[in-house]
Amino acid sequence: MTMLNTEANLSAPDDFYQELIDAHRDLSAAQSALFNARLILLLANHVGDLAVLRQALAAARQDVGAVK
Amino acid sequence: MKTYAHPVYPYTRPAELRGATRHWPVVVAGAGPVGLTAAIDLASRGIDVLLVDEDDTVSVGSRAICWSKRTLEILDRLGCAERLVQKGVGWSVGRVFFRDEQVYEFNLLPGEGHRRPAFINLQQYWVEQFLVERLSELAPAELRWRSKVVGVEHGADGVALRIRTPDGDYTLHADWLIAADGAHSSVRTMLGLECEGQVFHDRFLIADIVMSSGFPAERRFWFDPPFHRNQSALLHRQADDVWRIDLQLGWDADPEEEKKPERIVPRIRAMLGEDARFEIEWASVYTFQCRRMRSFRRGRVLFAGDAAHLVSPFGARGANSGIQDADNLAWKLDLVLAGRAPERLLDSYDAERAKAADDNIRHSTRSTDFITPKSEVSRSFRDAVLGLAKRYAFARALVNSGRLSLPATLSESPLNTPDAAGAFASGPVPGAAAIDAPVSGPRGDWLLGYLGGGFTLLCFGGGIPADAVRSLAGDGIACTVVHVGGKPATGVCPIDDSEGLAARRYDARQGTCYLVRPDQHVCARWRAFDLGAVRAALARATAQVATAAKAAA
Repeated sequence: MTMLNTEANLSAPDDFYQELIDAHRDLSAAQSALFNARLILLLANHVGDLAVLRQALAAARQDVGAVK
Repeated sequence: MKTYAHPVYPYTRPAELRGATRHWPVVVAGAGPVGLTAAIDLASRGIDVLLVDEDDTVSVGSRAICWSKRTLEILDRLGCAERLVQKGVGWSVGRVFFRDEQVYEFNLLPGEGHRRPAFINLQQYWVEQFLVERLSELAPAELRWRSKVVGVEHGADGVALRIRTPDGDYTLHADWLIAADGAHSSVRTMLGLECEGQVFHDRFLIADIVMSSGFPAERRFWFDPPFHRNQSALLHRQADDVWRIDLQLGWDADPEEEKKPERIVPRIRAMLGEDARFEIEWASVYTFQCRRMRSFRRGRVLFAGDAAHLVSPFGARGANSGIQDADNLAWKLDLVLAGRAPERLLDSYDAERAKAADDNIRHSTRSTDFITPKSEVSRSFRDAVLGLAKRYAFARALVNSGRLSLPATLSESPLNTPDAAGAFASGPVPGAAAIDAPVSGPRGDWLLGYLGGGFTLLCFGGGIPADAVRSLAGDGIACTVVHVGGKPATGVCPIDDSEGLAARRYDARQGTCYLVRPDQHVCARWRAFDLGAVRAALARATAQVATAAKAAA
């Protein structure tokens, strides 16, 4: 099974982070939510493999609220 | 109604009220599409079957309108699909709109070389009328109108039913009862059985209107359209210039108010334009649920259709799955009644159709979550998908306005004989419904016309010895042999696959054999004929295997 890569993999981490934040500039909270949803869907499609996506879902959920 | 005159079927005072008694092998409660299909299937097999219904006419309102290819194939086997197809509206294209733009279009055509289209649309009352007329042609069947089941007494070897008629009550005795009495099944209630699941907190207006319109016969679905903001809408053509309109109203809508023409007409005008000319045929406000009974069999009572399971209407999975229930049940009940298969064959009805119901419920729940998002974040993702779908192909696969009914593949059924490892690369797997193909032969031009009714061994390239053919025909579980190509032995039905399409669809080589059940589902397949293997698969497909294992132990 392909594993989710959680090692440093971004070619330019600071640039990406700044561009991610900049991309939300001038958006309302609702527009930002829509933007994030679109971004997640685009990236998820790029990853493709459901097994990897499931690991990402679990990793993202970890430490965020109680898993019931 | 302008376009349809409801037949009134005659009620006759039953002989039981004059003291006569008669024992029925099977009683079916409920003359909807599912009960009628079950009764037709059983009567076609020569079984005396009594169908009782509390009403004396067909469904009021169009209700189920999309009939799937598999439903038509089942009704072909029962000799009554042609009238539906002639009367119905064929369609294969669906369009999905988000706000004021089309974001997605699909075509369900299964390709050339199938007798029946992906779907036809036809009001449920027409379908019921055609099925009633078909049932009336079958001598072993009797239909009693204005006969309501008001009591069920359930014994180890049969069922006693209390029937209420305009002339009073009487008791009926049956070996088996099929409860096809709908979502509010009174048989289910009287037996104290639950139908568990999820109720969705949303309301929908369903309206049938008559209009002459240039709109094509397509399924059109809108998310958040300008004419009905923040809700969904559906437009679909039926027979006789009747159009189905389905509008999401939200949970707070008042169902009684929304049913009034003065509320409906402006909504439809907003949708179709101020100058649209139409008349309302029928309207209703509905909510829906996704739930099912834990088991579809309770001793001598078998539940089918909405009585056993309920889904949302998005996906045409209600009536179409109920008809597959009837298709699955009738041959099993026939073999059990004839003493040729053990009673536990009927447990496989529950196993196979409960699994199919779970698939339907899963699809239906997912569609519902997409159509009516339950949270802000769910709505963001839904709108994100719809926004992306316009521009990017990947997102279209996520748009879910209802995943339309496909034949159930009973891949986990205990009746299947698994393939030898690596034997087949494609073709219908054990559990799948047989696939149609154009052929020629003594019984018509479609492969499915040669399959079903009883067990059939479909052999490509022939080569089955005459004594094996005779032996299979004469066994307790009779199996007829159909040859595709090759030189057939005596007693074999020969068919010609001149286009080679059947062979391709079945991944067939010289000697490939498929064993097909009476409901046209494949239950085993091999690369070469072996009489012992066919017999073992027949025993397995009729639940005789466990008996053999028990006897050996």
